[in-house]
Amino acid sequence: MHRTVLTEDKKRAAYRALQDRILDGEGRASPEQRARAFSNTGLSPPLDGLVGKVALRPTQVTDADFAAARAAGFSEEELFELVICAAVGQSTRLYDAGLAALADAVAGEEDG
Amino acid sequence: MRLDVLNRGYGPGTKLLFAFIRLGSGQPVPDAARLVFYRPDFYGFRAKEFTHEAMRGPSAWSVGDRELMAAYVSQANKCAFCIGAHTATARQAYQDEPRVAAVLADLESAPIEDGLRATLRMLGKLTREGKVDSGDMREVLSAGVSRQQVEDALAVCATFNTTNRLADAFGFEMLGPEGFEAGAKHLLKRGYR
Repeated sequence: MHRTVLTEDKKRAAYRALQDRILDGEGRASPEQRARAFSNTGLSPPLDGLVGKVALRPTQVTDADFAAARAAGFSEEELFELVICAAVGQSTRLYDAGLAALADAVAGEEDG
Repeated sequence: MRLDVLNRGYGPGTKLLFAFIRLGSGQPVPDAARLVFYRPDFYGFRAKEFTHEAMRGPSAWSVGDRELMAAYVSQANKCAFCIGAHTATARQAYQDEPRVAAVLADLESAPIEDGLRATLRMLGKLTREGKVDSGDMREVLSAGVSRQQVEDALAVCATFNTTNRLADAFGFEMLGPEGFEAGAKHLLKRGYR
């Protein structure tokens, strides 16, 4: 799974602590479900719809997305965790993309 | 909020704290604050720690600059709650309403430093498109922004990309201008911890 692994400063260490807690710590949703929500891959309907919107189109989330997930048997506690995992997962991909582009730019300057 | 546990699932101690906050500010407790008090061992404790570090920890960016980045990222995500909250906080931090309004209306013509403009442009692209490349970063660096400042800006961007998503997914209730101003005052006095 895609997690922040670059050299860490204090900010990144705090981010990693959050990421590790929601993925690996105690929770009502299984670690596998949380990992899938985080990476926005491998989920079945209707949860994939809710998680996909949280990751990529959050303003389009509706009451119906939550109602469908509840009707499929997910509890409020599980949905609380899975929505957080989806949000943090997408943010992690953006954070890492930015840090990688920065590392490339700095390496290019040093080479040149 | 869309999950009933986020509206009603708080213990007596937290409910008392919410009552004190209402009494002290004269405003309802914003949903952004309520969220981090719900099962804080899962999300709130560590989210607050990271957010505080990104927004108030050591950085060459001022608090106003970082609040402006928060507002700008929130605008890229079209997150109404967070635009309201961090526009108010940036305005109060800078003591300069026109500066914040100009950036949110048109970044390219706003009267701000070139380094801040280049940084906001990069954060906006990363947030909207999900990617940036080394050329985007070279533009920021060549505008006089240090590598550490870019890293600091990316931490702000990560914080608000998470918060924006949670605000819209859980359905944070919008506040009126007084509510956002009271929240901004609190964030400038106490930070995010």
